Amino acid sequence: MVVPYLIIFVVFVVYPVGYGLWLARDPQNYVQLAEDPVFFRSVINTVVFLLVAVNLKMVIALGLSGFFVHTRWWIKILAVLFILPWAAPSIPTILSVRFMLNPEWGIINSIYFQLTAQDGPNWLNDPLLALSFSMLVHIWKSLPFWTLILLAGRLAIPSEQYEAASVDGATRWQRFRHITWPSMRSLYVTCVLLSMIWTLGDFNSVYLLTGGGPADLTHVLATLGIRYLRLDQINLAMASIVAALPLVLPLVYVMMKRLSK
Amino acid sequence: MRKKQLLDEARLLLVGIPVALWTLIPVYHLVLFAISPRDTATSGRLWPENPTLQNFDTVFNQKHFYLNHFWVQLGNSLAIALAVGAITLFVATCAAFAISRLRVRGGRTVMNLALFTYFIPAAFLAVPMYKTMANYGLLNSRWSLVLAMVTIASPYCIWVLKQASDKLPWELDEAARIDGASPMQLFRLVYLPLMVPSLVAVGTYSLLLAWNEYLYAFLLLSKETDLTLAVALGNFLAADDSPWEVLMATGLVYALPPAAIYYAFKRYMVSGLTAGAVKS
Repeated sequence: MVVPYLIIFVVFVVYPVGYGLWLARDPQNYVQLAEDPVFFRSVINTVVFLLVAVNLKMVIALGLSGFFVHTRWWIKILAVLFILPWAAPSIPTILSVRFMLNPEWGIINSIYFQLTAQDGPNWLNDPLLALSFSMLVHIWKSLPFWTLILLAGRLAIPSEQYEAASVDGATRWQRFRHITWPSMRSLYVTCVLLSMIWTLGDFNSVYLLTGGGPADLTHVLATLGIRYLRLDQINLAMASIVAALPLVLPLVYVMMKRLSK
Repeated sequence: MRKKQLLDEARLLLVGIPVALWTLIPVYHLVLFAISPRDTATSGRLWPENPTLQNFDTVFNQKHFYLNHFWVQLGNSLAIALAVGAITLFVATCAAFAISRLRVRGGRTVMNLALFTYFIPAAFLAVPMYKTMANYGLLNSRWSLVLAMVTIASPYCIWVLKQASDKLPWELDEAARIDGASPMQLFRLVYLPLMVPSLVAVGTYSLLLAWNEYLYAFLLLSKETDLTLAVALGNFLAADDSPWEVLMATGLVYALPPAAIYYAFKRYMVSGLTAGAVKS
Protein backbone atom coordinates (compact mmCIF):
# COMPACT_ATOMS: atom_id res chain seq x y z
CA MET A 1 0.00 0.00 0.00
CA VAL A 2 2.98 2.32 0.01
CA VAL A 3 3.21 1.81 -3.75
CA PRO A 4 1.02 4.80 -4.77
CA TYR A 5 3.25 7.12 -2.81
CA LEU A 6 6.44 5.49 -4.07
CA ILE A 7 5.28 5.98 -7.66
CA ILE A 8 4.64 9.66 -6.99
CA PHE A 9 7.96 9.94 -5.20
CA VAL A 10 9.94 8.41 -8.06
CA VAL A 11 8.09 10.16 -10.88
CA PHE A 12 7.77 13.62 -9.34
CA VAL A 13 10.64 13.86 -6.88
CA VAL A 14 13.50 11.54 -7.83
CA TYR A 15 13.29 12.16 -11.55
CA PRO A 16 12.99 15.98 -11.37
CA VAL A 17 15.79 16.25 -8.83
CA GLY A 18 18.03 13.93 -10.83
CA TYR A 19 17.24 15.69 -14.07
CA GLY A 20 17.82 19.05 -12.41
CA LEU A 21 21.20 17.98 -11.11
CA TRP A 22 22.08 16.70 -14.56
CA LEU A 23 21.14 20.06 -16.12
CA ALA A 24 23.31 21.83 -13.56
CA ARG A 25 26.32 19.50 -14.00
CA ASP A 26 28.48 21.92 -16.02
CA PRO A 27 30.92 23.76 -13.69
CA GLN A 28 30.73 26.66 -16.12
CA ASN A 29 27.22 27.37 -14.80
CA TYR A 30 28.58 28.07 -11.35
CA VAL A 31 31.25 30.40 -12.68
CA GLN A 32 28.55 32.30 -14.52
CA LEU A 33 26.38 32.28 -11.42
CA ALA A 34 29.19 33.61 -9.23
CA GLU A 35 29.74 36.43 -11.69
CA ASP A 36 26.09 37.48 -11.56
CA PRO A 37 25.73 40.25 -8.95
CA VAL A 38 22.04 39.37 -8.59
CA PHE A 39 23.00 35.95 -7.26
CA PHE A 40 25.31 37.38 -4.65
CA ARG A 41 22.68 39.90 -3.60
CA SER A 42 20.05 37.15 -3.34
CA VAL A 43 22.23 35.12 -1.00
CA ILE A 44 22.73 38.17 1.24
CA ASN A 45 18.99 38.95 1.15
CA THR A 46 18.13 35.36 2.02
CA VAL A 47 20.48 35.33 4.99
CA VAL A 48 19.09 38.67 6.20
CA PHE A 49 15.57 37.30 5.76
CA LEU A 50 16.39 34.19 7.79
CA LEU A 51 18.19 35.98 10.59
CA VAL A 52 16.06 39.11 10.94
CA ALA A 53 12.56 38.07 9.89
CA VAL A 54 12.53 34.64 11.52
CA ASN A 55 14.00 35.74 14.84
CA LEU A 56 11.88 38.86 15.06
CA LYS A 57 8.79 36.83 14.26
CA MET A 58 9.54 34.11 16.81
CA VAL A 59 10.32 36.57 19.60
CA ILE A 60 7.06 38.40 18.92
CA ALA A 61 5.20 35.08 18.74
CA LEU A 62 6.68 34.04 22.08
CA GLY A 63 5.59 37.33 23.63
CA LEU A 64 2.12 37.21 22.10
CA SER A 65 1.62 33.63 23.27
CA GLY A 66 2.00 35.11 26.75
CA PHE A 67 -0.67 37.67 25.88
CA PHE A 68 -3.17 35.16 24.52
CA VAL A 69 -3.02 32.91 27.61
CA HIS A 70 -5.00 35.56 29.48
CA THR A 71 -8.68 34.76 29.73
CA ARG A 72 -10.77 37.80 28.81
CA TRP A 73 -13.78 37.86 26.53
CA TRP A 74 -12.18 40.41 24.22
CA ILE A 75 -8.95 38.45 23.98
CA LYS A 76 -10.99 35.43 22.82
CA ILE A 77 -12.50 37.53 20.03
CA LEU A 78 -9.12 38.97 19.17
CA ALA A 79 -7.65 35.45 18.99
CA VAL A 80 -10.23 34.54 16.35
CA LEU A 81 -9.45 37.64 14.27
CA PHE A 82 -5.74 37.21 14.83
CA ILE A 83 -5.50 34.03 12.73
CA LEU A 84 -7.08 35.71 9.69
CA PRO A 85 -3.72 36.36 7.98
CA TRP A 86 -2.91 32.68 8.31
CA ALA A 87 -6.33 31.46 7.21
CA ALA A 88 -6.61 33.70 4.15
CA PRO A 89 -4.67 32.96 0.95
CA SER A 90 -1.60 35.14 0.55
CA ILE A 91 -2.24 36.63 -2.89
CA PRO A 92 -5.13 39.00 -2.12
CA THR A 93 -3.65 40.21 1.14
CA ILE A 94 -0.14 40.71 -0.23
CA LEU A 95 -1.56 42.61 -3.20
CA SER A 96 -3.57 44.69 -0.74
CA VAL A 97 -0.35 45.67 1.03
CA ARG A 98 1.28 46.33 -2.32
CA PHE A 99 -1.46 48.80 -3.18
CA MET A 100 -1.25 50.45 0.21
CA LEU A 101 2.39 51.19 -0.56
CA ASN A 102 1.84 52.53 -4.07
CA PRO A 103 3.61 55.89 -4.18
CA GLU A 104 0.95 57.77 -6.16
CA TRP A 105 -2.41 56.28 -5.23
CA GLY A 106 -1.63 54.16 -2.19
CA ILE A 107 -3.52 54.94 0.98
CA ILE A 108 -0.35 55.40 3.02
CA ASN A 109 0.98 58.16 0.85
CA SER A 110 -2.50 59.72 0.55
CA ILE A 111 -2.66 60.06 4.31
CA TYR A 112 0.96 61.20 4.37
CA PHE A 113 0.03 63.92 1.88
CA GLN A 114 -3.03 64.99 3.87
CA LEU A 115 -0.94 65.31 7.00
CA THR A 116 2.22 66.90 5.65
CA ALA A 117 1.16 68.30 2.26
CA GLN A 118 4.22 66.56 0.82
CA ASP A 119 4.58 63.55 -1.42
CA GLY A 120 5.42 60.40 0.51
CA PRO A 121 8.42 58.22 -0.26
CA ASN A 122 8.35 55.67 -3.05
CA TRP A 123 8.38 52.80 -0.57
CA LEU A 124 9.10 49.86 -2.83
CA ASN A 125 11.67 51.69 -4.92
CA ASP A 126 14.28 51.55 -2.21
CA PRO A 127 15.87 48.10 -1.99
CA LEU A 128 16.29 48.17 1.78
CA LEU A 129 12.73 49.39 2.41
CA ALA A 130 11.32 46.96 -0.15
CA LEU A 131 13.07 44.02 1.48
CA SER A 132 11.93 45.21 4.91
CA PHE A 133 8.34 45.34 3.73
CA SER A 134 8.68 41.84 2.29
CA MET A 135 9.84 40.70 5.70
CA LEU A 136 6.93 42.49 7.37
CA VAL A 137 4.47 40.83 5.00
CA HIS A 138 6.09 37.49 5.76
CA ILE A 139 5.80 38.12 9.50
CA TRP A 140 2.21 39.31 9.13
CA LYS A 141 1.28 36.11 7.33
CA SER A 142 2.99 33.52 9.50
CA LEU A 143 2.94 35.10 12.97
CA PRO A 144 -0.50 33.63 13.90
CA PHE A 145 0.63 30.07 13.22
CA TRP A 146 3.72 30.27 15.42
CA THR A 147 1.84 32.12 18.14
CA LEU A 148 -0.70 29.29 18.23
CA ILE A 149 2.05 26.68 18.47
CA LEU A 150 3.87 28.49 21.25
CA LEU A 151 0.55 29.14 22.99
CA ALA A 152 -0.08 25.38 23.00
CA GLY A 153 3.38 24.98 24.52
CA ARG A 154 2.62 27.50 27.24
CA LEU A 155 -0.72 25.92 28.07
CA ALA A 156 1.04 22.58 28.59
CA ILE A 157 2.98 24.00 31.54
CA PRO A 158 1.28 22.92 34.79
CA SER A 159 -0.31 25.95 36.46
CA GLU A 160 0.81 24.73 39.91
CA GLN A 161 4.31 25.88 39.03
CA TYR A 162 3.09 29.44 38.53
CA GLU A 163 0.97 29.32 41.67
CA ALA A 164 3.94 28.18 43.70
CA ALA A 165 6.01 30.96 42.17
CA SER A 166 3.51 33.69 43.07
CA VAL A 167 3.35 32.39 46.63
CA ASP A 168 7.10 32.88 46.71
CA GLY A 169 6.57 36.40 45.36
CA ALA A 170 8.31 35.87 42.02
CA THR A 171 8.25 38.80 39.59
CA ARG A 172 6.90 38.53 36.06
CA TRP A 173 10.42 38.24 34.66
CA GLN A 174 11.47 35.62 37.20
CA ARG A 175 8.43 33.51 36.32
CA PHE A 176 9.34 33.68 32.66
CA ARG A 177 13.02 33.08 33.29
CA HIS A 178 12.63 30.12 35.65
CA ILE A 179 9.37 28.44 34.64
CA THR A 180 8.20 29.40 31.14
CA TRP A 181 11.49 29.50 29.29
CA PRO A 182 13.01 26.23 30.60
CA SER A 183 9.92 24.25 29.61
CA MET A 184 9.56 25.94 26.22
CA ARG A 185 13.16 26.22 25.10
CA SER A 186 13.23 23.01 23.12
CA LEU A 187 9.93 23.76 21.40
CA TYR A 188 11.12 27.28 20.63
CA VAL A 189 14.34 26.09 18.99
CA THR A 190 12.42 23.54 16.91
CA CYS A 191 10.06 26.30 15.81
CA VAL A 192 12.92 28.60 14.82
CA LEU A 193 14.56 25.87 12.73
CA LEU A 194 11.32 24.85 11.05
CA SER A 195 10.43 28.46 10.40
CA MET A 196 13.85 29.04 8.81
CA ILE A 197 13.28 26.14 6.44
CA TRP A 198 9.84 27.38 5.46
CA THR A 199 11.07 30.95 5.15
CA LEU A 200 13.78 29.80 2.74
CA GLY A 201 10.98 28.70 0.44
CA ASP A 202 8.83 31.81 0.87
CA PHE A 203 8.30 32.85 -2.71
CA ASN A 204 5.10 34.89 -2.37
CA SER A 205 6.17 37.51 0.19
CA VAL A 206 8.95 38.71 -2.07
CA TYR A 207 7.67 37.98 -5.55
CA LEU A 208 4.16 39.37 -5.14
CA LEU A 209 5.22 42.46 -3.20
CA THR A 210 8.38 43.61 -4.95
CA GLY A 211 8.72 41.23 -7.88
CA GLY A 212 12.41 41.12 -6.95
CA GLY A 213 12.78 44.79 -7.76
CA PRO A 214 13.89 47.50 -7.77
CA ALA A 215 16.57 46.48 -10.26
CA ASP A 216 16.60 42.83 -9.08
CA LEU A 217 17.95 43.93 -5.71
CA THR A 218 15.41 42.20 -3.46
CA HIS A 219 15.48 38.68 -4.89
CA VAL A 220 15.91 35.80 -2.47
CA LEU A 221 16.97 32.25 -3.35
CA ALA A 222 13.33 31.18 -3.58
CA THR A 223 12.58 33.71 -6.34
CA LEU A 224 15.95 33.59 -8.10
CA GLY A 225 15.30 30.29 -9.87
CA ILE A 226 12.10 31.71 -11.35
CA ARG A 227 13.97 34.80 -12.48
CA TYR A 228 16.49 32.70 -14.44
CA LEU A 229 13.68 30.58 -15.80
CA ARG A 230 11.96 33.68 -17.15
CA LEU A 231 15.24 34.79 -18.71
CA ASP A 232 15.34 31.37 -20.36
CA GLN A 233 18.52 30.41 -18.48
CA ILE A 234 17.34 27.04 -17.23
CA ASN A 235 20.84 25.83 -16.43
CA LEU A 236 21.50 28.85 -14.28
CA ALA A 237 18.13 28.36 -12.59
CA MET A 238 19.13 24.83 -11.66
CA ALA A 239 22.62 25.90 -10.63
CA SER A 240 21.18 28.57 -8.34
CA ILE A 241 19.09 25.91 -6.62
CA VAL A 242 22.06 23.58 -6.26
CA ALA A 243 24.05 26.50 -4.87
CA ALA A 244 21.34 27.02 -2.25
CA LEU A 245 21.69 23.46 -0.98
CA PRO A 246 24.52 24.21 1.48
CA LEU A 247 22.05 26.50 3.22
CA VAL A 248 19.08 24.12 3.04
CA LEU A 249 20.55 20.71 3.78
CA PRO A 250 22.13 21.41 7.18
CA LEU A 251 18.83 22.86 8.40
CA VAL A 252 16.91 19.88 7.05
CA TYR A 253 19.41 17.49 8.62
CA VAL A 254 19.16 19.08 12.06
CA MET A 255 15.39 19.21 11.78
CA MET A 256 15.08 15.54 10.85
CA LYS A 257 17.40 14.58 13.71
CA ARG A 258 15.23 16.51 16.16
CA LEU A 259 12.04 14.93 14.86
CA SER A 260 13.25 11.34 14.92
CA LYS A 261 14.38 11.63 18.53
CA MET B 1 -6.00 45.60 44.64
CA ARG B 2 -8.57 47.25 42.39
CA LYS B 3 -5.93 49.63 41.10
CA LYS B 4 -3.66 46.73 40.23
CA GLN B 5 -6.43 45.04 38.27
CA LEU B 6 -7.03 48.18 36.25
CA LEU B 7 -3.34 48.45 35.57
CA ASP B 8 -3.26 44.83 34.35
CA GLU B 9 -6.23 45.46 32.09
CA ALA B 10 -4.59 48.58 30.66
CA ARG B 11 -1.39 46.68 30.04
CA LEU B 12 -3.28 43.97 28.14
CA LEU B 13 -5.08 46.58 26.05
CA LEU B 14 -1.75 48.17 25.29
CA VAL B 15 -0.80 44.91 23.55
CA GLY B 16 -4.25 44.04 22.24
CA ILE B 17 -4.97 47.23 20.34
CA PRO B 18 -1.74 47.23 18.27
CA VAL B 19 -2.22 43.51 17.58
CA ALA B 20 -5.76 44.14 16.32
CA LEU B 21 -4.63 47.03 14.11
CA TRP B 22 -1.63 45.12 12.74
CA THR B 23 -3.80 42.12 11.90
CA LEU B 24 -6.75 43.93 10.41
CA ILE B 25 -5.29 46.83 8.41
CA PRO B 26 -4.36 44.85 5.27
CA VAL B 27 -7.67 42.96 5.41
CA TYR B 28 -9.65 46.14 5.98
CA HIS B 29 -7.85 47.81 3.08
CA LEU B 30 -8.80 44.88 0.87
CA VAL B 31 -12.47 45.14 1.83
CA LEU B 32 -12.38 48.92 1.51
CA PHE B 33 -11.22 48.66 -2.08
CA ALA B 34 -13.70 45.93 -2.92
CA ILE B 35 -16.66 48.15 -1.97
CA SER B 36 -15.35 51.44 -3.35
CA PRO B 37 -16.62 52.83 -6.65
CA ARG B 38 -14.05 53.10 -9.41
CA ASP B 39 -13.50 56.86 -9.28
CA THR B 40 -13.06 57.16 -5.52
CA ALA B 41 -11.20 53.92 -4.86
CA THR B 42 -7.87 55.73 -4.65
CA SER B 43 -9.03 58.84 -2.84
CA GLY B 44 -7.27 57.85 0.37
CA ARG B 45 -10.42 57.92 2.49
CA LEU B 46 -10.80 55.44 5.31
CA TRP B 47 -14.44 54.73 4.44
CA PRO B 48 -15.93 55.17 0.95
CA GLU B 49 -18.51 57.94 0.56
CA ASN B 50 -20.79 55.70 -1.44
CA PRO B 51 -20.08 52.05 -0.67
CA THR B 52 -21.18 49.87 -3.56
CA LEU B 53 -21.44 46.25 -4.63
CA GLN B 54 -20.82 47.32 -8.22
CA ASN B 55 -17.40 45.64 -8.23
CA PHE B 56 -18.87 42.27 -7.36
CA ASP B 57 -21.35 42.71 -10.20
CA THR B 58 -18.38 43.31 -12.51
CA VAL B 59 -16.73 40.14 -11.21
CA PHE B 60 -19.72 37.82 -11.27
CA ASN B 61 -20.90 38.98 -14.68
CA GLN B 62 -17.38 38.93 -16.11
CA LYS B 63 -17.60 42.55 -17.19
CA HIS B 64 -13.88 43.23 -17.33
CA PHE B 65 -11.40 41.76 -19.78
CA TYR B 66 -9.22 40.57 -16.89
CA LEU B 67 -12.21 38.55 -15.75
CA ASN B 68 -13.52 37.14 -19.02
CA HIS B 69 -13.13 33.62 -17.67
CA PHE B 70 -13.88 34.25 -14.00
CA TRP B 71 -16.34 31.38 -13.56
CA VAL B 72 -14.19 28.91 -15.48
CA GLN B 73 -11.17 29.90 -13.39
CA LEU B 74 -13.13 29.62 -10.17
CA GLY B 75 -14.22 26.17 -11.33
CA ASN B 76 -10.61 25.25 -12.09
CA SER B 77 -9.51 26.30 -8.61
CA LEU B 78 -12.28 24.24 -7.11
CA ALA B 79 -11.78 21.15 -9.29
CA ILE B 80 -8.02 21.17 -8.77
CA ALA B 81 -8.35 21.65 -5.00
CA LEU B 82 -10.86 18.80 -4.75
CA ALA B 83 -8.75 16.50 -6.90
CA VAL B 84 -5.63 17.24 -4.88
CA GLY B 85 -7.53 16.70 -1.63
CA ALA B 86 -8.96 13.36 -2.77
CA ILE B 87 -5.79 11.94 -4.34
CA THR B 88 -3.58 13.07 -1.46
CA LEU B 89 -5.98 11.57 1.03
CA PHE B 90 -5.89 8.24 -0.82
CA VAL B 91 -2.12 8.14 -1.25
CA ALA B 92 -1.31 9.34 2.27
CA THR B 93 -3.82 7.11 4.06
CA CYS B 94 -2.60 4.00 2.28
CA ALA B 95 1.03 4.85 2.99
CA ALA B 96 0.43 5.73 6.64
CA PHE B 97 -1.60 2.55 7.21
CA ALA B 98 1.08 0.38 5.64
CA ILE B 99 3.91 2.04 7.53
CA SER B 100 2.24 2.31 10.90
CA ARG B 101 -0.14 -0.66 11.13
CA LEU B 102 1.15 -3.27 8.68
CA ARG B 103 4.78 -2.40 9.49
CA VAL B 104 5.86 -3.10 5.93
CA ARG B 105 9.56 -3.56 5.37
CA GLY B 106 11.30 -0.34 4.45
CA GLY B 107 8.44 1.65 5.90
CA ARG B 108 10.78 3.71 8.04
CA THR B 109 12.89 4.55 5.01
CA VAL B 110 9.84 5.65 3.05
CA MET B 111 8.78 7.83 5.98
CA ASN B 112 12.21 9.44 6.14
CA LEU B 113 12.26 10.03 2.39
CA ALA B 114 8.84 11.65 2.62
CA LEU B 115 9.92 13.82 5.54
CA PHE B 116 13.02 14.86 3.66
CA THR B 117 10.88 15.90 0.70
CA TYR B 118 8.61 17.80 3.04
CA PHE B 119 11.52 19.85 4.36
CA ILE B 120 12.89 20.81 0.97
CA PRO B 121 11.13 24.10 0.26
CA ALA B 122 8.63 23.68 -2.56
CA ALA B 123 9.91 26.82 -4.26
CA PHE B 124 13.23 25.04 -4.91
CA LEU B 125 11.52 22.11 -6.54
CA ALA B 126 9.47 24.36 -8.81
CA VAL B 127 11.97 24.72 -11.65
CA PRO B 128 12.86 21.02 -11.91
CA MET B 129 9.16 20.19 -11.64
CA TYR B 130 8.41 22.56 -14.50
CA LYS B 131 11.04 20.91 -16.70
CA THR B 132 9.81 17.47 -15.71
CA MET B 133 6.22 18.25 -16.59
CA ALA B 134 7.45 19.51 -19.96
CA ASN B 135 9.29 16.21 -20.50
CA TYR B 136 6.20 14.23 -19.56
CA GLY B 137 4.14 16.32 -21.96
CA LEU B 138 1.85 17.39 -19.15
CA LEU B 139 2.62 21.09 -19.32
CA ASN B 140 -0.47 23.25 -19.83
CA SER B 141 -2.68 20.46 -18.60
CA ARG B 142 -4.45 20.97 -15.29
CA TRP B 143 -3.28 17.48 -14.31
CA SER B 144 0.26 18.76 -14.05
CA LEU B 145 -0.78 21.10 -11.24
CA VAL B 146 -2.84 18.39 -9.53
CA LEU B 147 0.07 15.94 -9.58
CA ALA B 148 2.59 18.54 -8.48
CA MET B 149 0.41 19.58 -5.55
CA VAL B 150 -0.20 15.95 -4.55
CA THR B 151 3.57 15.49 -4.53
CA ILE B 152 4.01 18.51 -2.28
CA ALA B 153 1.09 17.79 0.03
CA SER B 154 1.46 14.04 0.63
CA PRO B 155 4.69 13.86 2.68
CA TYR B 156 3.28 16.00 5.45
CA CYS B 157 -0.07 14.21 5.32
CA ILE B 158 1.61 10.80 5.57
CA TRP B 159 3.54 12.01 8.54
CA VAL B 160 0.56 13.46 10.40
CA LEU B 161 -1.49 10.32 9.70
CA LYS B 162 1.34 8.06 10.79
CA GLN B 163 1.72 9.95 14.06
CA ALA B 164 -2.01 9.68 14.67
CA SER B 165 -2.27 6.00 13.77
CA ASP B 166 0.73 5.07 15.92
CA LYS B 167 -1.43 6.12 18.85
CA LEU B 168 -4.23 3.65 18.07
CA PRO B 169 -4.11 0.62 20.41
CA TRP B 170 -2.61 -2.55 18.95
CA GLU B 171 -5.23 -4.70 20.67
CA LEU B 172 -7.74 -3.53 18.06
CA ASP B 173 -5.68 -4.94 15.20
CA GLU B 174 -5.10 -8.17 17.09
CA ALA B 175 -8.76 -8.59 17.94
CA ALA B 176 -9.72 -7.98 14.32
CA ARG B 177 -7.08 -10.48 13.09
CA ILE B 178 -8.27 -13.15 15.52
CA ASP B 179 -11.75 -12.63 14.13
CA GLY B 180 -10.21 -13.42 10.74
CA ALA B 181 -10.13 -9.93 9.24
CA SER B 182 -7.90 -9.48 6.22
CA PRO B 183 -5.61 -6.41 6.10
CA MET B 184 -8.09 -4.75 3.73
CA GLN B 185 -10.97 -5.35 6.13
CA LEU B 186 -8.83 -4.11 8.99
CA PHE B 187 -8.16 -0.97 6.96
CA ARG B 188 -11.75 -0.37 5.98
CA LEU B 189 -13.63 -1.41 9.11
CA VAL B 190 -11.26 -0.59 11.95
CA TYR B 191 -8.65 1.86 10.78
CA LEU B 192 -10.60 4.39 8.69
CA PRO B 193 -13.44 5.02 11.16
CA LEU B 194 -10.97 5.66 13.97
CA MET B 195 -8.89 8.05 11.89
CA VAL B 196 -11.72 10.36 10.82
CA PRO B 197 -10.53 13.50 12.70
CA SER B 198 -7.01 13.24 11.26
CA LEU B 199 -8.37 12.47 7.81
CA VAL B 200 -10.50 15.61 7.92
CA ALA B 201 -7.49 17.66 9.00
CA VAL B 202 -5.24 16.23 6.31
CA GLY B 203 -7.85 16.46 3.56
CA THR B 204 -8.58 20.07 4.41
CA TYR B 205 -4.89 20.87 4.57
CA SER B 206 -4.17 19.57 1.07
CA LEU B 207 -7.32 21.10 -0.37
CA LEU B 208 -6.41 24.53 0.96
CA LEU B 209 -2.79 24.11 -0.08
CA ALA B 210 -3.91 23.55 -3.67
CA TRP B 211 -6.48 26.35 -3.68
CA ASN B 212 -3.95 28.83 -2.30
CA GLU B 213 -1.01 27.81 -4.50
CA TYR B 214 0.33 30.53 -6.73
CA LEU B 215 3.90 29.65 -7.81
CA TYR B 216 3.25 26.19 -9.27
CA ALA B 217 -0.04 27.28 -10.80
CA PHE B 218 1.52 30.14 -12.71
CA LEU B 219 4.46 28.03 -13.84
CA LEU B 220 2.50 25.00 -14.99
CA LEU B 221 -0.64 26.52 -16.49
CA SER B 222 -0.78 29.03 -19.27
CA LYS B 223 -4.02 28.79 -21.26
CA GLU B 224 -6.48 31.44 -20.11
CA THR B 225 -9.23 28.88 -19.54
CA ASP B 226 -6.93 26.51 -17.60
CA LEU B 227 -5.79 29.06 -15.04
CA THR B 228 -6.76 28.99 -11.42
CA LEU B 229 -8.12 32.10 -9.76
CA ALA B 230 -4.81 32.59 -7.97
CA VAL B 231 -2.95 33.05 -11.25
CA ALA B 232 -5.74 35.20 -12.67
CA LEU B 233 -5.30 37.52 -9.68
CA GLY B 234 -1.57 37.68 -10.22
CA ASN B 235 -2.15 38.57 -13.86
CA PHE B 236 -3.80 41.83 -12.80
CA LEU B 237 -0.30 43.01 -11.98
CA ALA B 238 0.69 42.89 -15.64
CA ALA B 239 -0.43 46.49 -16.12
CA ASP B 240 0.16 49.51 -13.89
CA ASP B 241 -3.34 50.86 -14.41
CA SER B 242 -5.09 47.68 -13.29
CA PRO B 243 -8.58 48.15 -11.87
CA TRP B 244 -7.63 47.69 -8.24
CA GLU B 245 -11.16 47.77 -6.93
CA VAL B 246 -12.16 44.90 -9.23
CA LEU B 247 -9.00 42.98 -8.34
CA MET B 248 -9.74 43.37 -4.65
CA ALA B 249 -13.36 42.29 -5.11
CA THR B 250 -12.12 39.19 -6.93
CA GLY B 251 -9.53 38.66 -4.23
CA LEU B 252 -12.21 38.77 -1.59
CA VAL B 253 -14.33 36.22 -3.43
CA TYR B 254 -11.23 34.05 -3.78
CA ALA B 255 -10.20 34.39 -0.13
CA LEU B 256 -13.58 33.75 1.48
CA PRO B 257 -14.04 29.99 0.85
CA PRO B 258 -10.64 28.90 2.24
CA ALA B 259 -10.95 31.24 5.22
CA ALA B 260 -14.44 29.90 5.93
CA ILE B 261 -13.26 26.29 5.64
CA TYR B 262 -10.34 27.07 7.87
CA TYR B 263 -12.56 28.50 10.57
CA ALA B 264 -15.11 25.71 10.21
CA PHE B 265 -12.45 23.02 10.68
CA LYS B 266 -10.25 25.02 13.01
CA ARG B 267 -10.69 22.51 15.83
CA TYR B 268 -9.45 19.66 13.66
CA MET B 269 -6.76 21.77 12.04
CA VAL B 270 -5.26 22.99 15.28
CA SER B 271 -5.28 19.68 17.13
CA GLY B 272 -4.49 17.50 14.10
CA LEU B 273 -1.92 19.66 12.41
CA THR B 274 -0.11 21.45 15.20
CA ALA B 275 0.48 18.15 16.92
CA GLY B 276 2.11 17.00 13.69
CA ALA B 277 3.84 20.26 12.84
CA VAL B 278 5.89 20.56 15.97
CA LYS B 279 6.72 17.72 18.26
CA SER B 280 8.75 19.25 21.05
